[in-house]
Amino acid sequence: MRAAVVTFPGSNCDRDLAVAMEAVFGRPVLRVWHADSELPPVDVVGIPGGFSYGDYLRPGAIAARSPILRAVIRAAERGVAVLGICNGFQILTEAGLLPGALIRNVGLAFVCREVELEVATTASPFTCAYPARARIRLPVAHHDGNYVADVETLDRLEAEDRIAFRYLDNPNGSARGIAGVLNARRNVLGMMPHPERACDPKLGGTDGIPLFRSLLSALVA
Amino acid sequence: MNGEVRITPELVAEHGLTAEEYARILEILGREPNLVELGIFAVMWSEHCSYKSSKTHLAKFPTTAPWVICGPGENAGVVDIGDGLAAVFKMESHNHPSFIEPYQGAATGVGGILRDVFTMGARPVALLDALRFGDPAHPRTRWLVSGVVAGIGGYGNCVGVPTVGGETTFHRAYDGNILVNVMCVGIAPADRVFYARAAGVGNPVVYVGAKTGRDGIHGATMASAEFDERSEEKRPTVQVGDPFTEKLLIEACLELMASDCVVAIQDMGAAGLTSSSCEMAARGGTGIELDLDAVPLREEGMTAYEIMLSESQERMLLVLREGREDQARRIFAKWDLDFAVIGKVTGSGRLVARHGGRTVVDVPVAAVSGASPVYDRPFELPAPAAPYDPDERVDRIAADEALLRLLGSPDLASRRWIYEQYDYMVMADTVQRPGGDAAVVRIHGSNRGLALTTDCTPRYCAADPRTGGCQAVAESYRNLTAVGARPLAITNCLNFGNPERPAIMGQLVAAIEGMSEACRALDYPVVSGNVSLYNETMGRAILPTPQVGGLGLVEDLDRMVGIAWSEEGLRLLLVGDTVGWLGCSLFLRELFGLEAGAPPPVDLAAERRHADFVRGCIAAGLVRACHDLSDGGLAVAVAEMCLASGGGARIHLPPRVGLRNAWLFGEDQARYLLAVAPHTVGELARRAAAAGVPMVEIGDTGGDALILGDARPISLAVLRRAHEAWFPRYMEG
Repeated sequence: MRAAVVTFPGSNCDRDLAVAMEAVFGRPVLRVWHADSELPPVDVVGIPGGFSYGDYLRPGAIAARSPILRAVIRAAERGVAVLGICNGFQILTEAGLLPGALIRNVGLAFVCREVELEVATTASPFTCAYPARARIRLPVAHHDGNYVADVETLDRLEAEDRIAFRYLDNPNGSARGIAGVLNARRNVLGMMPHPERACDPKLGGTDGIPLFRSLLSALVA
Repeated sequence: MNGEVRITPELVAEHGLTAEEYARILEILGREPNLVELGIFAVMWSEHCSYKSSKTHLAKFPTTAPWVICGPGENAGVVDIGDGLAAVFKMESHNHPSFIEPYQGAATGVGGILRDVFTMGARPVALLDALRFGDPAHPRTRWLVSGVVAGIGGYGNCVGVPTVGGETTFHRAYDGNILVNVMCVGIAPADRVFYARAAGVGNPVVYVGAKTGRDGIHGATMASAEFDERSEEKRPTVQVGDPFTEKLLIEACLELMASDCVVAIQDMGAAGLTSSSCEMAARGGTGIELDLDAVPLREEGMTAYEIMLSESQERMLLVLREGREDQARRIFAKWDLDFAVIGKVTGSGRLVARHGGRTVVDVPVAAVSGASPVYDRPFELPAPAAPYDPDERVDRIAADEALLRLLGSPDLASRRWIYEQYDYMVMADTVQRPGGDAAVVRIHGSNRGLALTTDCTPRYCAADPRTGGCQAVAESYRNLTAVGARPLAITNCLNFGNPERPAIMGQLVAAIEGMSEACRALDYPVVSGNVSLYNETMGRAILPTPQVGGLGLVEDLDRMVGIAWSEEGLRLLLVGDTVGWLGCSLFLRELFGLEAGAPPPVDLAAERRHADFVRGCIAAGLVRACHDLSDGGLAVAVAEMCLASGGGARIHLPPRVGLRNAWLFGEDQARYLLAVAPHTVGELARRAAAAGVPMVEIGDTGGDALILGDARPISLAVLRRAHEAWFPRYMEG
C-alpha cells in the first residue's frame, strides 16, 4: 500500500493524517509539497485538513489551482484513490473532483465536537470495512462545512449511492445531512469529519480505523 | 523629521515619560534625544516592557529547581520533561487591545504568545486562555465575549495548535477592562533550545515574516495607561493578526532552527523592531547596527519613527552565522515569507540605525533595555477581610435547588459554547479534552503527556490578595495532580490596577508574596510570566487577578485519570478536611448576593501531603476518577463528575454535619473527590492513614440521578439542562 499526503501552505492536519495512515497501512507515507507538479506512484493520496493558503478567497479555492492538484486530478482519472478531509473536501469540490460546495456553517461559528454519523454506503474503497448502516462517532472541526448542491445533484448523489456518510445530528446545516460524498467512479471521497483523529483509543475513539482498513483491503487485493 | 522636531515637555508627556525619566535620558545620552530615540525610550521604559513597578517584587518568586532549564528573563520558561525533551511555556496578557477591538486583540494575543514559544525552538503543542469579563448584564459584555472567543478560535484554529483549556468568569469589576491571558506550551529538544542573545560581531541581523506597516505604533505604551472615555480613539493602535503567515513562520523558523544557521532569534512583539534588537543586543552584551532602508515595508513613506515602533504582527528578528544567509533565504522563500538582511552585530554596545543616509538612532542598548527606572512604589497592604460566620439561614434553601442554581450561574455553567469554537483536537495528541481539571496533551510519539491548567480565583484575591495568590498556585497544583500529573512549574500573568495607587500596589505585593510562598512550599517554581498593570477605567480597578498557568508531567498515560467514571457501584471518597468554609464562596454570591468574608485558608503542608497521596494512589491504579474541589465545593464537583460520566451518584451527609449547605458548598482547600472500586477502599484507607491524610467515604456511583443527602433526587437530564442552558441562551441574547 503506497500512500501520500499533500501539504499546502496552511495545511495543519497533514501530520495527523500521515500518522493515522502509517499506523493502519504499516509503512511510511510519502509527503508531497504543494508546488510539486508530479505525484509519486501511489495507491491513495490524502488531501488533509487545515487552512490552505489561509482560506483566502474561499476555503480550498487557491489550493484547487496549485500545481500538485493538477497531478492529483490526473491520478484520480487513472483510478488512484483520493481522500479529502475537511479542508481537503473543500479543495476537492473547488477542483471539480466532487460536486457541490461547502459554505459557512449554519450557526456561523466554528464547530469542534464529536458527531454521530451513519455510514451511508459500504460500496466504496473507503467504507467497505464498515458494517452496513454502521453508526460511528468522528470529530468535526470546521467553519465552512455546510454542504450545498442543487436538488438535481443531491437526487443524483442519492440515486447513485454516492453519499458516504450522513450526520445523525447535523452540526452545520448540510443538505440532507451529507457529511461525505463520492465521485461517480467511487475512487474520490470528500468528507468533513476527521477519521484520522479517531484511530487511537487514547484520543477517545477508533471509529476512523475501518476507513483506512477499507482502503487497505480494497486497494491491495 | 528626525532631529527637526523639538522635544518639548508636552511631547515627553505624550510619550508617557515623566520629567525625571526624561532627565535620566538626557544623562544617558549626554544630549537631547531626537524624536525616534524618544519613542524608543518611551516604549522600552513603559511598564509593559520594563516592569518598572513590579521588578523589585517579582524577584521574590522562586525560579529554580533541578528540572528548570531556563527561568524568567527569556522569551519563555523552559523545563526538562525527560527523554531529551523540554517544555517551553509562557502566558501573556492582551487585555487592553481586546477591550478595544476584541477579535483582533485576542487573536494577536494568541499570535504573540505562540511566537514567544517557537522563537525558542519549540513546536507549539497547546494553547489555553484565561478570560475575565464584566457583568453579563453589562451592555458591552456579550459583544466582548463573542469577539474574544471568535478571535482566539480564528487564530488558534488556523495555525493548527489545539486550544485545550482555560477558564472564563464574569464580574462587574471587569466591565471596563476585560482580561485576555493566553498561555502557550511547546516542546523542543532539550539540547536545542534557542535564546535571544545576539553574539558574534559581524554576524548578519535578519528580518523575516510579514512586512512592516503603520499598525500598532505605541501599543506597549497604551497597555501601560488607564482607560478613559476616549479609549475608543485607541483602536488604531490595535494590531491585525494573520494566522496564515504565523503558520508559515512557525514552519520556516523550525526548519531553519533544525539547521545550524541561527545564533539568536526573537519575535518582534511589543515595541517591535526596537525591543527585539535592543533586548537581543543587551542580553548578548553586543551592539546592533540597522539599515532601516532594508526593512520590508507594507507602505511607502514610512518614517524611521514608524519603522522602529511599528507592532505589525508575524515578524521575527534573527542573528545568523555569517555566510549562512543564502541557506536561510532559501527556506523562507520556500514558505513565501520576506527575508531581508537589515543589519549586523557590532561590539559597540549601541543600537545604531540609519535611514535615508542619516543616522537616526544611536543609543546604548544596556541603558535602553536595562537602566529603566525601577520604582519601589509605596504600598498599603490590605487589611484581611474578617471571616464570614454562617448561620442556619444558609440552610433555608434546599440543597438540590441550590445546586441547580449554581450550576446554571455564569461562573459555573458549561463552557461548551466557548470550547466548541476552538479546535482542541488538531495535532491528534489531545488525550484530555476541555471540561476536566487539567487538559492533557500527549508528547508526540510517546506514552507520556503534559498536563496543563490555568487558575485564579479573583474574588478570593480581592478579599485577601495574599491568600488569593497562594490559592491560585495551590489550585493549579491540585488540578494537575487530579489527572495524575507531577506538577513541574508555573507561568503567570499578574493583572492589577494602577500601581501608582498604594492600595493597588499593596494587592500586587501581597499576591506575589502569597504566590511565592506557595511555589516554594510545593517545589513549583515560576519560570516565566508577564505583568499587566493599569487595568482600570475611569479610576475603577479590576479585581486583583494573579493568573497562574501550571504545567505537569504524566509519566504513563495508561495511568492517567479524568473526572468521568465509567462504572456504577464505585465508592466516592473525599480527601481533605471539610469545615464548610463559605466566606467568598460562589454559594454566598449566587444564592444570597453576598460577596463577604475571608477566602478559605490555604494550608500548604496539607496541599502537598494530600496531593502526594492522591498522585500516589492514581499511579498505583487505585483511582477510577478524580476531581479537585474548588468553586461551588463538593456538590458542584460531584455534579460535574456525574455530567462527565453520564451516570448518577448518591452522597451521604455525615452525622452531625452542622450546616448542611456549608458542608456541600463550602470551598475548603486541599480537597479531592475520588471514585474508586469498592474492593480498594481498604487499601486506600491504609495509605491515607499512613500519610496522615484525612479521607472519608461519602457516597457511591450509580443510577441516573444525583442525590445529595435527603434532598430531592436531581435527574441527570435536569442537571444537564441546568448546566448547559445558560451560555448559549445568554449569547443568543
